[in-house]
Amino acid sequence: MNNYLFQLKEGLLISLKAIRANKARSVLTTLGIVIGVTSVVLMSTAIAGINKSFQSGVSSLGSDNIYIDKWSWFGGDLPWWKMRNRKPIKMDDYKEFKRLAKLPSAIAPSTFKTLNVKHGENVVDGVLVLGSTSEYINTTNLNFANGRFFTEIESKGARNVAVIGSNVAKKLFPRGNGLNKTVSLKGIKYKVIGVLEEQGSWLMQNFNPDNQVFIPIESMFKHFSSRRRGITINVRAPNSSMVDAITEEAITIMRRIRGLKYNEPNDFSINKQDALLKNIDQTIGIIKIGGFFITGLSLFVGAIGIMNIMFVSVKERTKEIGIRKAIGATRKTILGQFLAEASLICMIGGLIGLILAIIGSMIISQYDFPVSVQPGSVVLAIGISLITGIVSGLAPAYTAAKMDPVDALRYE
Amino acid sequence: MNIIKIEHIAKIYQVGLEEVHALRDVSLTIDKNEYVAIMGPSGSGKSTLMNILGCLDTPTKGLYDFAGEKVSEMNDDELARIRNKQIGFVFQTFNLLPRSNALHNVELPLIYAGVGKEERTERAIKALENVGLEDRIYHQPNELSGGQRQRVAVARALVTNPSIILADEPTGNLDSKTGHDIMKLFNDLYDKGNTIILVTHEEDIAAHAERIIRLRDGLIEKNEIVKNRTIPE
Repeated sequence: MNNYLFQLKEGLLISLKAIRANKARSVLTTLGIVIGVTSVVLMSTAIAGINKSFQSGVSSLGSDNIYIDKWSWFGGDLPWWKMRNRKPIKMDDYKEFKRLAKLPSAIAPSTFKTLNVKHGENVVDGVLVLGSTSEYINTTNLNFANGRFFTEIESKGARNVAVIGSNVAKKLFPRGNGLNKTVSLKGIKYKVIGVLEEQGSWLMQNFNPDNQVFIPIESMFKHFSSRRRGITINVRAPNSSMVDAITEEAITIMRRIRGLKYNEPNDFSINKQDALLKNIDQTIGIIKIGGFFITGLSLFVGAIGIMNIMFVSVKERTKEIGIRKAIGATRKTILGQFLAEASLICMIGGLIGLILAIIGSMIISQYDFPVSVQPGSVVLAIGISLITGIVSGLAPAYTAAKMDPVDALRYE
Repeated sequence: MNIIKIEHIAKIYQVGLEEVHALRDVSLTIDKNEYVAIMGPSGSGKSTLMNILGCLDTPTKGLYDFAGEKVSEMNDDELARIRNKQIGFVFQTFNLLPRSNALHNVELPLIYAGVGKEERTERAIKALENVGLEDRIYHQPNELSGGQRQRVAVARALVTNPSIILADEPTGNLDSKTGHDIMKLFNDLYDKGNTIILVTHEEDIAAHAERIIRLRDGLIEKNEIVKNRTIPE
């Protein structure tokens, strides 16, 4: 065993020497691996980042919620044209639901409209404006940087008050506090009574609370939206173990409110957060497979490059191999030497690739793209480069080991 | 005492459909501390004989006994061991590793023999001192003259304390003065008790040896003791 370790160490030292001696060639050889490893690591970092971002975005909305809507948000059971014909859910449905439901910890209606929000010279286009009641904040996990949500009185009175998300605040009030200032939606002035803390979920786009503005639903109906369009009822369970219970209760109540007979199917959908997460998981899974396939391909190309170069290297060093054998190197020693060389080149390439990927991640994260450097990536980088080295070095190393010393010494 | 004993050695190559008999029937013995030259024109089989003696190649027929071990029946790894520990090669074209310095070149057989770093370095430096190159230890071959390179090769051949030194036209690529220096080195080694086998086609060089074995067409033509061998100044 000791002898093997000794041989390995010597093999590595000899390989290092050989690599240094052929610097240019070694650099070009590693290029394939560097690119391969960088792409694999960057990609897994980005995917981990996206995943984390989605998860945190979803959880900021409230993890124990169900959403009663005429539409089923995550597709699946019903074709959309069947859902289209359903009666929209109205404020009266919501009020009745609120009266009857006993289990939920918070219930709020919501409706959306996309509007431009202005303050003086500053405009944010295409903001998702969400109209709801004062209860809404209790159905979420949102925190305030400044101010507060609207009160029941403000809500019922359709006052022109608004709570804005952190990105909207940054764009409209670049110099800081937007509290108590006025923003205008379609020319109508609203007083900012609260600014939310940054949630930081880049990927939810308009559905990220950072990019939203919240106003009382009655105000929404008064100025921007028709009551006929229908609402969503947001329902929060006191804790996650009760989600199923509030779902059951909700179905029962809704069926009663909508006057459904026992044999009629639901004319509404209960949308749950875990369906969203499952959807995300599936999507991420597909992205992962696609991504790894592509980067795997680039690694494969890199490995072929290494095999090619190692063959050339072996051929070129025929005389050297002959000399080494004449001096007493066994086949195994020569095999080990060239395998070690291929592996070392690949591992150096892998290390460089890893470093580049980390730098790349830092650069991308400056552009607000979510990245999450995993310790697993390091193992991944080193592992694949080692394996690539051994696999692509095997055939050339074997060729070297098999050489007849007499012929090899004669080679010019 | 026999170091080398070969009996009825033959080497036959297949070249396409033809058989080439490089060696037909060669038998000889070489004792410890002998200085032997093997001579012959091109095609006489002297290179083939040297390769077999040096355990670089195995005979097609016959027995090769090296210091009591039956070399002709050995496998590749065993032959490599013998080459490493018992045989010191000196080639016409020096055959040093071009991108390693003198020290590393001389160390190499010790690395393959599994010797640890400290002892290795010590022995390699000593070997280089013995050939007068103590202040060229870190030079690369391309920074050394032909004569110096050959001396590094001799140091490398000696570093494992081998049973025999096998030199193939050692002065072939050197001018006459440098060649003379190398032959003086060999003579010193002979005086110190080494066994030296020289393969050459030059009479002057062969005349340094005690005994000359002449080959022709794969057979030993003559096995003569040298009267008045050349001793370099």
